[in-house]
Amino acid sequence: MASVPAVLRSEWTKIRTVSSTVWTLTSALVVTVALGAALSALVRATFEDMPPIEQATFDPTVVSFSGMLLGQLAMVVFGVLVVGTEYSTGMIRTSLAAVPRRGTFLFSKIFVAGVLALVVGLATSFLSFFLGQALLGEHRTSIGEDNVLRAVIGGGLYMGLMAVFSMGVAAMLRSTVLSLGILVPFFFLISQILSAVPKAKEVAEFFPDQAGSTIMQVVPGAMGSDPPPYGPWGGMGIMLLWVTAALLGGYTVLKKRDA
Amino acid sequence: MIELEGLTKRFGTKTAVDHLSFQVRPGQVTGFLGPNGAGKSTTMRMVLGLDHPTSGTARIDGKHYGELDEPLTYIGALLEAGGLHGGRSAYNNLLCLAQSNRIPERRVAEVLDLVGLSAVARKKPKGFSMGMGQRLGIAAALLGDPQILMFDEPVNGLDPEGIHWIRNLMKALAAEGRTIFVSSHLMSEMALTADHLIVIGRGKLLADTSMADFIHQNSRSYVRVRSPQPEQLRDALHSSGMTVAEEGNGTLEIDGATTEEVGELAGRHGIVLHELSAQRASLEEAFMRMTAAAVEYHAHDANAPQWAPKGV
Repeated sequence: MASVPAVLRSEWTKIRTVSSTVWTLTSALVVTVALGAALSALVRATFEDMPPIEQATFDPTVVSFSGMLLGQLAMVVFGVLVVGTEYSTGMIRTSLAAVPRRGTFLFSKIFVAGVLALVVGLATSFLSFFLGQALLGEHRTSIGEDNVLRAVIGGGLYMGLMAVFSMGVAAMLRSTVLSLGILVPFFFLISQILSAVPKAKEVAEFFPDQAGSTIMQVVPGAMGSDPPPYGPWGGMGIMLLWVTAALLGGYTVLKKRDA
Repeated sequence: MIELEGLTKRFGTKTAVDHLSFQVRPGQVTGFLGPNGAGKSTTMRMVLGLDHPTSGTARIDGKHYGELDEPLTYIGALLEAGGLHGGRSAYNNLLCLAQSNRIPERRVAEVLDLVGLSAVARKKPKGFSMGMGQRLGIAAALLGDPQILMFDEPVNGLDPEGIHWIRNLMKALAAEGRTIFVSSHLMSEMALTADHLIVIGRGKLLADTSMADFIHQNSRSYVRVRSPQPEQLRDALHSSGMTVAEEGNGTLEIDGATTEEVGELAGRHGIVLHELSAQRASLEEAFMRMTAAAVEYHAHDANAPQWAPKGV
C-alpha cells in the first residue's frame, strides 16, 4: 500500500498540471465577485424602489454574495472534472494500479481538491464581501458586525463543499458528462424553481445548496424570504450530511465496481 | 512470478474467465494468446486488482496485488486503453505516477529517454500518434523498474519499426531476468517474441507450453507435389503406403513424407512433376484450429439444455 503523503503529493501534481483546474477555479472566483459587485451597485441605485418587506429585511452581506448562484456552477464543474476525468480518460486504471487501496486513492484526491476549492472559495467570499460592501455605499455593513464574519467564512465553506459534493457524485456516476448533466441543471434550475413553488419549497429547503446557503444570511429571512425551519449552522449541517452521503456513495461504488 | 489459481470472472451469466490456473515465470517472454474476447484483458485486469475475480486468485510474488507496497516497483503494466490524461504533459503524467509510489523524479526523464520520447516530454499526449501513445504507456510501465512487466496487445496500432522496437525491448527485458507477460491475438507475432505460450479460448486454458513444443506439435509438415499425371502419381504413392490428400489442379499433399522419397518414387514410375516442395502448416492455422474447437465446444454447451431434455 502506497503511503498517504506520497498519494497526496501525486494527486496535487495531477490537479496542478491540468488547465481545467485554473479555468474552473478562476471562473468561480471572477464570476462570483463580478456578479456580486454588479448587483450590489444595482441595489444601491434602486434601493428606494425595493418592496418595503425587502427593505425591512435588507441583508447587505447576502446581496454581495449574489454572484454565487452562478459562480458555484464553476465549482461544481471543478469538482466533477477532478474525479470524472479519471474515468473519461481511462486513467482510473493506471491510477488504481499505482494506488490499489481505493479509499486512499479517492479520499486523497478529494482531500487535495477539497482544500484547494475551500481556499479559492474563501478568497471568493471575502473578495465578494468587501467589493460588494464598498459598492453598496450607505447600505453597507462591516465585517465587525454580529454574524457577518460567520456569513463570510460560511460563504467560502459553502463553495468548497459544493465542489466536494460534486466530487462524490462524480465518483458515484463514474462519468463527467452524466454528472454535469445532472448537477448543473439541478442547482441552476430545479432547486431554484422548486424553492419558489409554495409546497415544493418545503422540500427544496433541505437540498444541499438551499440548506448550505443559509449560512450566508445575517438577517434571518433575508430579503423577504421565508426563514427556513433551521438556523445557519443547522443548514450547514444539512449540507454536510449531503456531502457525507455523496462521499460514502462514491467510495462504495469505487470499492465495489470493477475499474 | 505471476500465479493464477482457478481464476474465474463472470459478468452476469457470461463467463469471461473460467478457472484459469497457470504461472508466468521470470527470465522469459510468456505470450498470452487468444482470439478477441477470449478473456485476456479481463485476466490482466484481475492480476492488477482492477477487476474483482468471481472466484480464484491471482498472485504476484505470492501476494495479492493490493498487498504490494508501492506496486509499480513490482509490476508495470501497459493496458489496452491508454490510461493517461491527454491534457497533461507526458512528463507530468509520469510524474504523478512516480510520486504516488515514491519513485525518484529523475526516473521520469530516464524512462522517457528509454522509449525515445524525450523530445516531446513537455507535450500533451492528446497530440501523440498511436505509436507515441504506446511508447508513453510503456514508459509508465517501466517507471518503477519492476521485475514483472505485463503488456496488453502492445503492438496494436504500431508501425513496423515500432513493432520491431517493442519486440526487441521485451526480449532484452526478459534477458535481464524479468518476467514478461504479453498478450496478443496474433500467433505470428507471438512466434517471433515468446519463449513460452499460454493459449486461452472463451476464458478457458487451452495450452500452457513452451514455444518450441508448440511449434513441434502443431506444425504439420507435408510434401506438396503437382503433376500433369495425378492419377498415376496417386496410385504410385498409395502403393508405397503414403497418405495422400488431393487439392485439385493435379496438386497432391503427402503427410509425413520427404521430398526425396516423393521425387524418387515419381522418377521410378516415370511421372512428370511440375512442382515438388516441402511445406509446413502455419502456426496461425494451428492456433485457429485450437481456438475454433473451444468456441464450438462452448456453443454446443450453451445449446445443450435446449436439446437434451426430450431427446428430440
